[in-house]
Formats: sequence, structure tokens, C-alpha cells
Amino acid sequence: MAQIRVENLRKAFDQFTAVHDSNFTIENGSFFALLGPSGCGKTTTLRMIAGLELPTGGRILLDGEDVTFRRAAARDIAFVFQLFALYPHMNVEQNIGFPLKCQGMGRRETRERVLETAKLLRIEHLLSSKTSKLSGGDRQRVALGRAMVRRPKAFLMDEPLGALDAEFRQLMCGELRDLHDRIAATTIYVTHDQHEAMSMADRIAVMNAGRVEQIGSPQEIYDRPASMFVADFIGSPPMNFLRCDAGLDPDARAVKFKDVSIPIPELREQRPAGPLVLGVRPEHIRFSDPAPVRGRVFGAEYLGTTQIVTVTTEQGTVKARLPSSVPVQVGEIVGLSFRFDSLSLFDAQTGAAIQTISQESAHHG
Amino acid sequence: MANVSLRHVSKRFGEINAVRDLSMAINDGEFIVLLGPSGAGKTTTLRLITGLESPDEGLISIDGRDVTRDAPGTRDIAFVFQQYSLYPHLTVYDNLAFPLRSPARRVPEPVIRKRVEQTAELLHITSKLANRATKLSGGEMQRVAIGRALVRDPAIYLMDEPLSSLDAKLRAELRLELKRIQVELGATILYVTHDQVEAMTMASRIGVIRDGELLQLGTPREIYENPDDRYVASRLGTPSINLIPAHLIPHVAMPSATETIGIRTEHLRIAKYLQVDKANGGAIVGRVHRIEHLGDQNHIHLDYRGQMLVTLADPHAPLEAGQDVELQLVRPLYFDAAGRRIAATIH
Repeated sequence: MAQIRVENLRKAFDQFTAVHDSNFTIENGSFFALLGPSGCGKTTTLRMIAGLELPTGGRILLDGEDVTFRRAAARDIAFVFQLFALYPHMNVEQNIGFPLKCQGMGRRETRERVLETAKLLRIEHLLSSKTSKLSGGDRQRVALGRAMVRRPKAFLMDEPLGALDAEFRQLMCGELRDLHDRIAATTIYVTHDQHEAMSMADRIAVMNAGRVEQIGSPQEIYDRPASMFVADFIGSPPMNFLRCDAGLDPDARAVKFKDVSIPIPELREQRPAGPLVLGVRPEHIRFSDPAPVRGRVFGAEYLGTTQIVTVTTEQGTVKARLPSSVPVQVGEIVGLSFRFDSLSLFDAQTGAAIQTISQESAHHG
Repeated sequence: MANVSLRHVSKRFGEINAVRDLSMAINDGEFIVLLGPSGAGKTTTLRLITGLESPDEGLISIDGRDVTRDAPGTRDIAFVFQQYSLYPHLTVYDNLAFPLRSPARRVPEPVIRKRVEQTAELLHITSKLANRATKLSGGEMQRVAIGRALVRDPAIYLMDEPLSSLDAKLRAELRLELKRIQVELGATILYVTHDQVEAMTMASRIGVIRDGELLQLGTPREIYENPDDRYVASRLGTPSINLIPAHLIPHVAMPSATETIGIRTEHLRIAKYLQVDKANGGAIVGRVHRIEHLGDQNHIHLDYRGQMLVTLADPHAPLEAGQDVELQLVRPLYFDAAGRRIAATIH
């Protein structure tokens, strides 16, 4: 298994720059997600690491060795596209053993390796089954087995669960992560689904328009998004943004809306006057009669344990996640209080996060 | 709008019982969602109500009038399909006006204009009325498709997974919109889906259907908190309810016929496990298998005697994989061998 290092990696297609100088290191044995909307450059980045695409600039290091211009086949990486592409005329054992057969490995050794792989995936009992007879989950395991059997240095996966329905996808997320915990293979996983990335990855790189906007653990990215883009992309419903044109009050301990002032955590950077955006996660909002931010309930969506309540306020539409035991009437006027130490602030022009003391303490704590 | 009722309706296709002895009353102004996997009989039920299929047994009535043998066109029903099928050569306005211009209806043009404009306003597509249907985004197209049903004032709207082809964000937006429109119009809607979130968030009442059988009909809260059946319990809630074989929990008092204990993720509490407790033998101890970070909360996957259980925890709770924790079951649900709920009357 291997460490993967990407240095100033860049890819341009004619006038269009698909990937701008990207830098990141994926530690040996870790599960790394490249997350972003379609067209953000995540698949291009993955394809360059795999050797399916040549970079315009920068380097790719596999265990310290420069493989930037090495052919895909010589990189010892397994690329998993769609986990369902199996050879229908072969049984499970033949499907898993196929890559070894292509390498010219002997029969006995192939058989041993296939058996070992099947054991890891817990599908030994299926080895002589026809692939067409398998359930969706088992097919997926066989496809994974075919990637694993070569014992590659790393797995690259491009939206492998994209075609599955929501419930099955969730199940497979758990399986993939469990498998990763057993074999600890360096994995890069490309997805546009924040839930998949959050659920499985040790670290996530959030990409937008060819740039890596933030790299961090799922919780870091969720708690302290580096930009409005990241804050909006992670979380469901996403972070609420309240645009504040009046900016900060003079001692920078509150943001002022027209006639409302909301206290904020102490800033850790100098800031010129100017519009900014207050960010608050839905679960950090509570109903509170005396609260200064007031609005009208537009709708309430029951979800079992919690409910999502949409409130129209002077400052914009806000979605709050409340316990479902809180009684809510559509049309009623409510006050909203925000959990002080969980507020985020962004520059309204650039969208970049503004450093505050609560982000700092969270970072070191 | 009107009441619609189905009494002992059955439909077979060859060997398959698509709908079995289904009885259900849809009250005026209700938003009923039929929730079930594909093949459960949801769409067949809709087709029976429209008259696109006729039942082998049972009665279907609209506003007290038996329509079981009536032709589809005479039943006063509007249908929204999964795939928005708009007329590509027509503008949004003409697409919306189309059902009213049917020769059978003879609606005068000024009335049509008024209805179309009202509907467009309701759906926030007024600015798009002059656009060709093909120039719209997916969400707008689906709004127009829903609008084409809404311009009429039928006894009931039947909707077959109308949001399933949209992306997650748009779906969330339209869920809220559709619910608002339904309340504003006081419309009666029968909506089928396999998406539990759509069912929970929009329905006045949910009907959980499986293998052609209506297992339970109730408000989202009733279905979630008081499921009649193990399948119903597992159908709602994310992550889904933990189902534990009763024999694995020897020290908990439960009704004697209990085969399975259902415990919702939010009702499975974990506490620090102190070895001292081992002496009294009563503690249910599980091991943290994996911690899944989802931002607003963590899902803690626990191994309890070979069963995988899931519970919720604060994202900043100090837990780690491999750690032993004591499990506490709050408000467990008991199910018998057939999967039916047993009332929890323990003395």
C-alpha cells in the first residue's frame, strides 16, 4: 500500500482549466474523498492519478516515486469505475481471477489469491455461482474483489455507488468502509454526494471549479467550512446564510441587520467594514420568543426524530432542524435564536470564512 | 374536491396478486401517500382509481358514487406521471391550457386564461409562460406537469412518483412547494412513492403497502411512533430501526410472544460501561464498531453479540472504535414471530 502525493497538479483542455494547481497528500492506508459538483475537476484529478489523463503541469508521487508520466498499467493502481461491470459468462471465481489470468499468473497461485480475496469479502460460498444469479450487493463485492485481487498499491473509485437507490447506497457505504478497515488500502473516492463522503472518508477535499477549496476531516469541514461554497455543499439541509449589509458593529462583537443585532464570537482577524454573511447550521437554531430574529413559519417537514421547519424572515429564508416534539403551526410568527459558538462568518464578496475565536478553540481542542 | 373510497379492491395479473383486498377512505382535502417498494401495488392502485385498470373484486366510489365500471374520462380525476410528458412544440402557457381546451370540456378562453395564470402564480412559473416547454429546467418542467393537473378542478389528483426524476435539492424544494399548494387549494391528493422522506414530510396520512397489501394507514407520527408491524417499523426512519432477536436480550422484561425487539436509533442510549457493573450481570454491553461522522450528528455502529446496531450521538461525544458501552433501551417495540406488534403491557 502507498502514500499518494499530488504537487501543483494542473490540467488544461485548450482554453479551459479543469484543475488548477492542486496540492494534497493521501497517507498510506487512508480513505480520501474528492467531493464536488459535476464539472469541478474531481474526476479529472482522479484520472491523472490513475494515468488515464496526462497533467499539463505538476507531479504525482506514489510512495515518493514520481509516476507523473508513467503509463496507467505500470502504476499498480486499481481503478474501480462502476461496481457492477462483471463478465456475465464467467462465474464468480473466474471474474475475480481474470486480472491475474491476464498477467499470466499460474493456476494454483491464482486460485489461492482468489480464495484469499473472497474470504476478505466474505463471499467464499459464492465462488462457483453465476454472476447473473447474484444479488446487487454480492455483484458489487465481486467487482471489488476483481480490483483487490491484484493487491494494488491504491484503489481509485469514481462514483461507484452512483447508480444505486438511496437505501442500498447507504448499506454499501457501510460495507465499503468496513472493507477498508479490514484491508487498510489507500483509497481515493470521487463523489458528488456529500453524505457518501462524510460517511466513509478519513479526509475530504472539497473541489469547486477546478480548485480544492478545503481539505480536512469530515467533522472539521462541517464545523468550520473554509468558504460559503463548502458550507452550502456539506450538510442537509445546508447551512443557512443571512446576508448582512450593515456589517459589524464597532467593537466587532455583533453583526447588525436593519434593526436586529446578533452577537458573534470574537474575530481573530482584522476586517474592513463591508457586507458579510452570517452562517448558521439548521440544528443550531431554536425557537425562542424573545429572540430578535423573527419570521413566519412557511412549512414543517416531519422526519421522525426531528423536523425541518422553514421560516421566512426579513433576513431571508431559514431552515431549522428541531426535535419533532416541538409543536409548529404553519403561518405562526416565531423568534429564532442561534447557538452563539457555532456561528460562521463569511466575506460577502469572496465567500471566504472569517476567522473567529470559536473556530480556533475548536481547532486546538 | 371529494371523498374517494376503495372497498375490498383486488386485482390479479395472472398469478400475481397486485392488489389484495384493499380498503381505504380518502377524505376531502387529504394528502394521502402510499409508500412501498417497487412491485408493491402502488401504481396499480392508482390505475384502478383512474379506470385504466378494472378491479377483479371490490368497489371504488368517488363522492359516494360508484365508479367501479365507469370509463376513465368520466371519473373526474387528474393524473401526474413520473416522467413529465410536456408537449415540446407548445409554450408553457399552451401546455397548461391544454387540458382545459379539450373539446369535451369547452371552457371559454378568458376562463382558461384566468386559470392558467392563477396556476402559474401558484407554481412560481409566471415569468416562463411564453417559453417553449423544451427551454425549461427539469424542475420547471415538472412544475408545469403538476400545473397541467392543477388547472383543472378534479375530484382527486393522483400522482405517481412525480419528483423521482429530479435531483435531491430540487426534490426538497418541490416537496415543500407541493405541500403548500395542496394546503392552499385544499386539494385531495393520492400520491405514491418509495421515498420515505416524501411520505413523512408531505402526507396527512401514509399508507404503507407491501405485496399488494395495505399494512397500516395513519399519520406520519402514528406510523413512525406506533407501527403495527415490523415491516412498517423498518420502512420509516433513517437510519432504520434496530431489530434485535429477543433471545439475545435475556434480562429485559417483555411480552412472552416477543420474537423481535425494535428499538429506534434515538431510543438506543449508550452509557459509559464500568467493569464494576459486570458483577450484577444485568448490563447490556455492546462494542463500538465504527463512528460515522455526518456533521450534525454521529451514527455509532455497535456490535452487540454479532448484531449490528446503530445509535445517534453528539458529534463531539468522546467515543472510539473498540470501546465497550452499556446499552439502554428506551421505548422498545415488541414484535411476534409473524412480525405483528405486541402491545407493551408488562407489569
